[in-house]
Amino acid sequence: MSNKILSVRGLSRIHGEQCPLCIASTGPEHDTNICPHCGSVVAAHDVNFDLYRGEILGIIGESGSGKSSTVKTLYFDEAPTAGSATFYDGGAQHDMFALNAAQQRSMRNKRFGMVYQNPHLGLNFQISAGGNIAERLLMSDLKHYGEIRTRAGDLLVRTEVARARMDQNPKTFSGGMQQRVQIAKALATQPPLLFLDEVTTGLDLSVQAAILDLILEIQHELGTAMIVVTHDLGVIRLLAGRTLVMKHGRVIESGLTDQILEDPQHAYTQRLVASAL
Amino acid sequence: MNANYELPLEDAGYSFGFLDEYAKKEVRRCILKAISIPGYQTPYASREMPMGRGFGTGGLQLTLSLIGEDDTLKVIDQGSDDSVNAVNLRQFVQLTCPGVEVTEKTQEATLIQSRHRIPEKQLTEQQILVLQVPYPDALVVVEPSEARRKVMHGEADYSRLLVKLYEDVVRFDEITISHRYPTRINGHYVIDPSPIPRWDVPRLHQSPALVLLGAGREKKIYAVPPYTLAEPLVFDDIAFRVEDFRDANGKRIACRCCGSTVSFLDELIDDAGNVTHQCSDSAYCEEEQETISARKQA
Amino acid sequence: MNAILTIENYAKTFCLHERNKLIPSASHVNLSVYPGKLTALIGPTGAGKSSVLKGVYRTYLPSAGRMLFRTAAGEVVDLAQADEHRMLELRKSEIGFVTQFLHCLPRKSALDVVAEPLFARGVPTEEARGRAADLLAQLAVPSHLWNVPPATFSGGEKQRVNLARGLIAQPRLLLLDEPTASLDPATTERVVAHLETLKGSGIAMLAIFHHPDLVRRLADSVIELSPPVAIVEPEKEIA
Repeated sequence: MSNKILSVRGLSRIHGEQCPLCIASTGPEHDTNICPHCGSVVAAHDVNFDLYRGEILGIIGESGSGKSSTVKTLYFDEAPTAGSATFYDGGAQHDMFALNAAQQRSMRNKRFGMVYQNPHLGLNFQISAGGNIAERLLMSDLKHYGEIRTRAGDLLVRTEVARARMDQNPKTFSGGMQQRVQIAKALATQPPLLFLDEVTTGLDLSVQAAILDLILEIQHELGTAMIVVTHDLGVIRLLAGRTLVMKHGRVIESGLTDQILEDPQHAYTQRLVASAL
Repeated sequence: MNANYELPLEDAGYSFGFLDEYAKKEVRRCILKAISIPGYQTPYASREMPMGRGFGTGGLQLTLSLIGEDDTLKVIDQGSDDSVNAVNLRQFVQLTCPGVEVTEKTQEATLIQSRHRIPEKQLTEQQILVLQVPYPDALVVVEPSEARRKVMHGEADYSRLLVKLYEDVVRFDEITISHRYPTRINGHYVIDPSPIPRWDVPRLHQSPALVLLGAGREKKIYAVPPYTLAEPLVFDDIAFRVEDFRDANGKRIACRCCGSTVSFLDELIDDAGNVTHQCSDSAYCEEEQETISARKQA
Repeated sequence: MNAILTIENYAKTFCLHERNKLIPSASHVNLSVYPGKLTALIGPTGAGKSSVLKGVYRTYLPSAGRMLFRTAAGEVVDLAQADEHRMLELRKSEIGFVTQFLHCLPRKSALDVVAEPLFARGVPTEEARGRAADLLAQLAVPSHLWNVPPATFSGGEKQRVNLARGLIAQPRLLLLDEPTASLDPATTERVVAHLETLKGSGIAMLAIFHHPDLVRRLADSVIELSPPVAIVEPEKEIA
């Protein structure tokens, strides 16, 4: 049996009308992701990778590099322009972009988890922290109030949010705690695949460290495969076994994380690494 | 309204039932669609009626499209045949549908138009109940975008409504929805059953009578066909409960007029501040009183 | 006896785009490593000793040559070409690397840092910690430090934690980059004794030692590297 959980081939996401010159006139060598001929934005083009069970893959790049677009298409937040993604789940394999909307929603709610940089995207601030987790459990057809309470409470405790705060609105929480609630929510259905989009950006350093520790502990305990999107080399170094480097919508380099850091091949990656050290 | 006014049906080109035949046909087609897809909010044209939106124009258009000369109509508002809305709508139907009988007795009616209540008396297969609906979409409280609500309905995704119930239980230890309790029809679409009390929700379930719901302002028709599942949205471990009319001693409160202990009661407070209860369904209450006095005489 | 690792004509050249320079760090490296034997790399600074180890571990992408590794299953894999997932798998189960510096999670206890490779293999937490404690005791790390993150440790203590982490999983091939660099003589002796035991148990080693004395004591074969020849200018880009 293969260990693969996700296989992405030729994934592209282009905003705008597109013209035949879009691909040829964008990318790192043109230093832009905006097509000069038609103005379309090539957010991501020809992204390929395999993700294995329990593996953490890092995607690093600056804003506009296409790292978030890649993850958003995989989480069905946005539809891809081209390409395929296969999700291997138990014995089954799913051609993700061929699924209908209901099937995609079900996969997203039950088998994937997402933690956004902005907690407003991942959490509903009209309801309690526990209610946020309840929502995901309800989406996966758990309709037993008592069990929902227990599971939501346990998840919050696991992500180091006091059970006593479960019925409070996350609006009143600190940024770090909001991220913990998001992580608890993402983990509610014990998904085999988790997407983390700049989860520590904008947090205090000590809070960042604690969140990263938590992510590693979860990966160790549950064997959850993760795709970690960040612009922070430190996050990649700590979390990811393998890394893709993206720029202007293209993957310019990929490799084992220590190799990317110690022996970067592409000029951009060399600059990136040099400026971090 | 001038009670003596006669609508110049022939001269002015008005049809029987006020609406022209094409309009009635359109409504009937939508009714058929609504029955075919239980609980689905079928869009329809919703004509301008000679009264304001919100006065029951949705229910009225259903009634006018369905009614024929040999029908007997009952119109009720909050359980009463005599409140303003009921009286006006009844007069309008009488005015525009010559020959139609009207009644206050539930069992005599072939067509019942109601606002906020379902009659206490068990309806039969021979009857149609039309409910007036202000807000047809149960999801409107959790999702402002209609486009997204449509997708949620299509995928039967009601988790966010359940989250609202969850929050209710967390905060108040019970589900606090008193009217318009979200109810799942035929295992798929969740409807807003119009502002009927919780008491009436179980009566939609497997009802022998066809229940049609019409929202004039929102231009939607939906249906609970006869003998169809109608299940209030609940958690597995928290049962749906109807209103519980008990006094401080746990004794079921009786209607002050007919003494019934099995009907839905309205709470009345007089000027002295005394609280009394009486049946919300006035026709039912009167009939009970008649039965009692008949028994006394015999 | 079959070599576990055979390096043929390994070369590594860094291409610095920013400065438009090619910097060779090793070239024409040929060697073999055998089970239960230690191959030592010697040579002056800049001869590319670490470059060879990092190439084998794939922290560096080799520029040329083959590095044939015989897996436990008897398969021969060219580490220079192996797929990344294969490399991660081999690192987890067959190839260990003890570097001069301790790279680890800043907030984990020394015990968990050492036990980490066992966790990764799925060894139960308590058993892994037990084995980590044994090894730390063997390497004379005071027990009151075990539950403290190694960030605050002295150089020698850190180095011993680092060694323990590299040795605990008993890989089939162990890469050692000056493992005793900052240790006092007594601890060095303990480490040497431990390495001898590991060798005795059949582990193959490719090592760099800063003391010629250690090379004499531990090495079964010695490969001398010399610095690769001058910096080659790449072709000028057309402006």
